[in-house]
Amino acid sequence: MPELMQFLLSGITVGAVYALIALGFTIIYNASDVVNFAQGEFVMLGGMITVFTYAAGLPLPLAAIVAIVLTAGVGVLLNKLAIEPARGAPVVSLIIITIGASIFIRGVAQVVFDKQLHRFPAFSGDAPIAVLGATILPQSLWVIAGAMAVFVGLYLFFTRTLLGRAVLATANNRMAAQLVGINTKYVMTLSFALSAAIGALGGVLVTPITLVSYDVGIGLALKGFAAAMLGGMGNPKGALVGGILLGIIEALTAGYISSQYKDAAAFVVIIAVLFAMPNGLFAKGSTDRV
Amino acid sequence: MTRHTKLVTLLVLAALIAVAPLFFPSAFYYRVGSLVFVNGLAVVGMVILIGYAGQISLGHAGFVGIGAYTCALGPLYLGIHPSIAAVLGAILSAVMAWLVGRPILKLKGYYLGVATLGFGVLVSMVLSKEGAITGGPDGIAVPDLGLRGLLKDAGLNLTNAEFWYAFAGLALLLGAWIALNIYNSPTGRALRALHGSEVAARTVGIDVPRLKLQAFVISAVYASAAGSLLALQNKFITPDAAGFMHSIEMVTMAVLGGAGSVLGAVFGAAILTILPQVLTVFQEYEYILLGLVMMLVMIFLPEGILPSIGRRLRGKSE
Amino acid sequence: MKISTALGAATLAVTMLGPVGAAQAEIKIGASLSETGPAGYLGVPEGQTIRMMVKEINDAGGINGEKIKLFIYDDGGDPNKARTFATRLVEDDGVVAIVGGTTTGATMSIMPVAAEAKVPFISLAGAIEIIKPVQAWTFKTPHTDRMACEKIFVDMKKRGFTKIAMISGSDGFGASMRKQCLDVKGNYGIDVIADEIYGPQDADMTPQLTKIKNAPNVQAVLNAGFGQGPAVVTRNYAQLAIKMPFYQSHGVASGEFIKLAGKEASEGIRLPGTALLVADLLSDSDKQKPVVLAYKKSYEPAYNTPVSTFGGYAYDAMQILVDSIKRAGSTKPAAIRDAIEKTSGLVGTTGIVTMSPTDHLGLDLSAFKMLEIRNGNWTIVE
Repeated sequence: MPELMQFLLSGITVGAVYALIALGFTIIYNASDVVNFAQGEFVMLGGMITVFTYAAGLPLPLAAIVAIVLTAGVGVLLNKLAIEPARGAPVVSLIIITIGASIFIRGVAQVVFDKQLHRFPAFSGDAPIAVLGATILPQSLWVIAGAMAVFVGLYLFFTRTLLGRAVLATANNRMAAQLVGINTKYVMTLSFALSAAIGALGGVLVTPITLVSYDVGIGLALKGFAAAMLGGMGNPKGALVGGILLGIIEALTAGYISSQYKDAAAFVVIIAVLFAMPNGLFAKGSTDRV
Repeated sequence: MTRHTKLVTLLVLAALIAVAPLFFPSAFYYRVGSLVFVNGLAVVGMVILIGYAGQISLGHAGFVGIGAYTCALGPLYLGIHPSIAAVLGAILSAVMAWLVGRPILKLKGYYLGVATLGFGVLVSMVLSKEGAITGGPDGIAVPDLGLRGLLKDAGLNLTNAEFWYAFAGLALLLGAWIALNIYNSPTGRALRALHGSEVAARTVGIDVPRLKLQAFVISAVYASAAGSLLALQNKFITPDAAGFMHSIEMVTMAVLGGAGSVLGAVFGAAILTILPQVLTVFQEYEYILLGLVMMLVMIFLPEGILPSIGRRLRGKSE
Repeated sequence: MKISTALGAATLAVTMLGPVGAAQAEIKIGASLSETGPAGYLGVPEGQTIRMMVKEINDAGGINGEKIKLFIYDDGGDPNKARTFATRLVEDDGVVAIVGGTTTGATMSIMPVAAEAKVPFISLAGAIEIIKPVQAWTFKTPHTDRMACEKIFVDMKKRGFTKIAMISGSDGFGASMRKQCLDVKGNYGIDVIADEIYGPQDADMTPQLTKIKNAPNVQAVLNAGFGQGPAVVTRNYAQLAIKMPFYQSHGVASGEFIKLAGKEASEGIRLPGTALLVADLLSDSDKQKPVVLAYKKSYEPAYNTPVSTFGGYAYDAMQILVDSIKRAGSTKPAAIRDAIEKTSGLVGTTGIVTMSPTDHLGLDLSAFKMLEIRNGNWTIVE
């Protein structure tokens, strides 16, 4: 029984990171119908920038904030320079553009930072906490709390604030939103900044556990993408549940089935979901314009 | 595209392949050339899928892996000759494409992309993790095709690099010829119709699911053939050949050069194969330049480089 | 269509003419390393070391008066690219020797090219298949992974362990070492009762370690892997409060590992390392001491990082190459190859190298030292 608890705790920790990445995918997808394959790079930037500003002498919280703000800026640039000029392009083009962006960001990180692995100290130490016969790192609690805080914050933002509702309106129907006076360009910029900031936060929270280097982005993007698909692309609730569920499935696969194929679990689940429930767990039924 | 254009395309390709060696300063260029042709072959298949039929696949390198590994494992475990193994690989890929394609092709857009991505990743995982059979992540040796030796006995003495340049070039020409034929056939026209609008195609009686599957299977066979050529040429293969990055490279090559045409595909393959070689001076910046090229081309020349230049030179009067 | 095809053809032709090298009277040496990609951890110190040594040698006047011209390419761990670069090195750049092949996959791709072009190749990869069976034109400097297993098992036997658990990375290095360890365990009376795998980029290995912790009678645990994985495994090991003695592989033999895994978590870990890591602890009569200290003195201030065994492999490869060229008195590849094979008693950072026609590695188990991490520092056990 304590085994199962350990597997679950491990799954939830990793899953929380996937959830943050999936949330980032969701926001951008909702705003612009684009799946941003560079999402994983935001996580990498969050971690790397924090590492280097911390090493340069800034206190850790400040370094983290600097990282999040800078990464949000990168997100805005990505939108302005790569996504907006390609509005209306076919899906294949957009996929290539965002993958190209992810490669580009990785290349810049490689040159500006370095190719080594890095870490900074955990926020509240490394002493494991015992929970029902299993242990969890304090940093894992930070990661989980972070994911929940982001989700709650986004929920409040989208339902209680005017700006948030403007974002939802734009996602629903761009033309109609413009007609009622919403500045859709501003909404797009905001969405990208938000999504990048969330990714960066994920990176900041998780680096003390998993370390960071310039090329961690692509693996994270794939998993986060799988999580978003699992929950239903475009649904924030789905992103959170999809992420945590994916993490747990992976941990249970490693624990009970085969640690060899743990990574395969994510993709097998995705394919299964796509066939059984193509719109994900929280299906938003979709119609096709003929 | 008329029959005239088909002939011109083939002639241009053949001429390039035949004439280029005159400019080669060293044997190294034969190697680069044969890689361009192998990649080109895989990408011609992608053109049939993406350009003709309008579908996406982010996992086609899985078929490359299948074609490559059958050439390694077939002779090892079944005792067959590598050439038979290559054919076996193509058949295996076709079957897998048929099985996997039937349910997957019902999906569209990003969902289709992700499902194909999942397929490709699973193939490369199995190839990597079943080390006892496949040699694992460090790869496995592939036996010699034997054709060069036969030619040598017949009196035609070619170096390894020269032989593969010619052989891959011929394979590419064959592949291009087939693809161009498909374009003008009823199948090709139906594919193009379905690319334009699936619903409209269905209303005029086109069997959309069957056609999509055909395009998927055909492009899988192309990928498998390319994989076999790669394995036989290198006499060695690793699971990277089936990996996600390789799939992305294939899609990028197709779209970069112009997903609608065979020549565009070869051009895209050439650019992405030759660019890293030219950029070795800037090796630190390779990712930066590659990412930039991908983004800039897709934003400013969304149809691909070749068609866009062609249109501009002809003066937008199409 | 016609104009664009012509343009396409012209561009193709021009780009293919691209880099045309000029012939010079120098010693041309080539390298294909994985400075980027998953094996960058290994490739970066290798590249830095080779560049540093070439500069040092050229500043001192070169070899027998001739300067070295270094051609160095980054294959990113991709064996296809490695083969292309190897072809480029021998055909286009005209090198007389190749050093490199950071990963086993890259090495296996370079070997046939070197053999066909009759150019000697010194590999920096670990798998035993590189030199067993012996290929005439391929040599290597790192210990084989089989030797690492043997060194660890000798130590385990000494401490009376007969039942152990393994946790290995699924990358080439981890998979190869796992296979070798499972192969030779019988010779040391060791039984592997739990055998777990993790992905090299995984964030959390607690499921696998939990299974190991709960397996009955496990006396020690061995982690075969390199890079990020072992650091995470080590942290998880401490998190789960697993008390069994923990062994790592030579894949993490660098100061970076202790930093990443953390001082507390890495306390008491043993692994087979080379003299390079414990340079200051060597006795003054140890032949390796001056060599190792010299390397440290050149490398550390130049690159601001502590030395690692991987850079050491490259150092030894270059030493052997330079020494062979001097002894051969010629820069013809065939002569260099013969001289490499006759290397005898050359003191490197990895060990004292003596090659022969049947041994293209030249090291034995004594070159490995069993190290233990105490208080964030390396100490020698035996």
